[in-house]
Amino acid sequence: MNEWIDRNMGRVFLAPAVTLILVFSIFPLVASLLLSFTRVRLSGGGFKIRFVGWKNFEKQFFGSEQFHLIGTFTEISVLGWIVGLAFTAVLLGWIIKYIRSHFTWVGFIGRMITFAMALGLCWLFSATLLSGNPFGTVGVTLFYVFVGCGIQFLIGTSLAFACSQRIMGKNAFRVIFFVPMMITPIGVGYIFRMMADTTKGPFADVWQWVGLGEFAWATNPWAARIFIVVADSWQWIPFVFIMMLAAFESVPRDLTEAAELDCAGPWQKFREIIWPHVLPIAATVMLIRAIEAFKIVDLPNIMTSGGPGIATESVSLQAYYAWRSLDLGAASAIAYILLFVTVVTCASFFNLVIHSRIRKQR
Amino acid sequence: MKTLHPKSGLFESRAIGEMALASRIILYTLLLGWSAFVLFPIYWLIITSFKNAATVNQGPYFLPWIDFQPSMHAWYELFVSDYEDTLRAYINSIIISLSATALSVLIGSMAAYALSRVHYAPNLITILFFVFLVALTWVSISAFDVDWRVALAVGVALFFFLARGVGRLHQIHLHNGDILFWIISQRILAPIVVVVPIYMMFQSVRLLDTHMALILTYCVVNMPIVVWLMFDFFNTIPRDLEESAQLDGATMFGTFREIVLPLSRAGLAATTLLVMILSWNEYLFALFLSTTKAQTMPILVAAMNAGERGILWWTMSVAIIIMILPVVLLAVILQKYISKGLLVGAVKG
Repeated sequence: MNEWIDRNMGRVFLAPAVTLILVFSIFPLVASLLLSFTRVRLSGGGFKIRFVGWKNFEKQFFGSEQFHLIGTFTEISVLGWIVGLAFTAVLLGWIIKYIRSHFTWVGFIGRMITFAMALGLCWLFSATLLSGNPFGTVGVTLFYVFVGCGIQFLIGTSLAFACSQRIMGKNAFRVIFFVPMMITPIGVGYIFRMMADTTKGPFADVWQWVGLGEFAWATNPWAARIFIVVADSWQWIPFVFIMMLAAFESVPRDLTEAAELDCAGPWQKFREIIWPHVLPIAATVMLIRAIEAFKIVDLPNIMTSGGPGIATESVSLQAYYAWRSLDLGAASAIAYILLFVTVVTCASFFNLVIHSRIRKQR
Repeated sequence: MKTLHPKSGLFESRAIGEMALASRIILYTLLLGWSAFVLFPIYWLIITSFKNAATVNQGPYFLPWIDFQPSMHAWYELFVSDYEDTLRAYINSIIISLSATALSVLIGSMAAYALSRVHYAPNLITILFFVFLVALTWVSISAFDVDWRVALAVGVALFFFLARGVGRLHQIHLHNGDILFWIISQRILAPIVVVVPIYMMFQSVRLLDTHMALILTYCVVNMPIVVWLMFDFFNTIPRDLEESAQLDGATMFGTFREIVLPLSRAGLAATTLLVMILSWNEYLFALFLSTTKAQTMPILVAAMNAGERGILWWTMSVAIIIMILPVVLLAVILQKYISKGLLVGAVKG
């Protein structure tokens, strides 16, 4: 017995982790996929499951829930057509360039998936936002991911760069900037609701003064969305800050000093020495941040409950609401759509940005 | 180049890295301004907890004792009149996050250690065969009403008898990198995708609203982070010590416990803290899997919204403060470790 354990120690070490992941991650993943093709009825502590085929997805994409998930389509405006066609042309050009240069089947299929989703999303963008139509939860989630991550990256990186200079009180700044990340998202949601209150909040006098005293954040779609992005950024800029600070500090000192001796200006030094060094780390940091941002659910739930209407509802929140109304099939279908968008976006980013960089270095 | 930047050439006597006054001012304004943006909401949270209905609703008051008279009313309410609910949620949160963290770090670092030291080469065909058998068993139980004991026994027996034979048919070996990537990629799963089946699973074994359900779930959700950070950390530890221990006849578990774990204290500390904070703050799984008995702090705080009197900001503030106090204190004290730990993964990965 002991001998057997000794011989198979490698497996014994790995087995618990693999088993747990299989049971609590892979099995639910498959079960969720199956559930998304069914209607589930809860009856007396048990479930009655009926197979309905593509109906759940059909309802989300083309049926009564279309406005909720992807948006309302009436007609595409001129601007929408121009931008949509331009995007399509760029994407087609990219695919054709790939086919002409170094074709492999795996690479081609992967790129086709990326291509299909990018095309779908850019037409979604032109047909809803650019044409003045309301968009659904997919659009809202992408807004949180791209705008939120963009803001967090810009501010977090600039703060990190500022902190990597020789300044006084560096440690104090580090600790202060780090704190919001520790605060529970629920807490952040409530704190920002207090902050944004135009009659009782700390900035009430400012709002009065600029004439927005009666303005309610939560009733204006764009104000509510921006308000959630601000809260999200407040919480997650520390993450970008910490990682980027360490990245800036890991730039070899002799390189920057050599550049200074060679009379490089500060901008040149930044662009040619520091930036190439931190860029791979920045890409990884943004990938991690984007993965987490796709999951956003607590802030909209606490701050606006997805309102006004569905203006701030993320895909996760929509699935949660579907679950709460006991429509488990729809909840799984919506969750799977989110998973698909997340995986394709993140995998494309990983393969086309991070991985290709690694390949080039080799 | 020299002609382009005559300035830095002319002032050679200036120390390298010294900044001009103007950029220094901009820098400090930026840093101080951001500090204010970070700290002000927290300050407002703290003073709101010392207000009562009147001082909140009449408009903004900023300075205690000068603008308004601070009262301990909300603290009293939460700690004395409603202490049962608060205490229960607090204890639940502590039990769940500590156990989940301990379990996750133990299992995750074992897996990470094995992946960084042992060479694995599982055959893809065998894995596919295993998946096929699992699916077959499951379908036969759920769709054809085969007794689950029979189906399971047949499945296990088939696997053990045929695995070798099937494996020999064709060999496509996976490597440690593939296993590692598979584990880490689990992090991409949004909780909402898996939570419904997990809910049904726990319901069918009657574990809903227990600590166990949340502990197991948090353990698995955070496992990718543990494996990722610890794998990189173990890779930085020199192997000579372990090899000599193994020559002396120590088992792998003995080496792991006696030599590797003590050496990786810094990485373990960072990982533990990070996982603990994540499970302490987790919301979505707790929302599905706990109702009253196993209710955690985030759920308690979120549920305060639902009263008939609207949000009682003062009580809410107290609840948020007691909830974030331990993590913020830990984070401030151990900030250096956390950032170091976070970075190990990012710089390499």
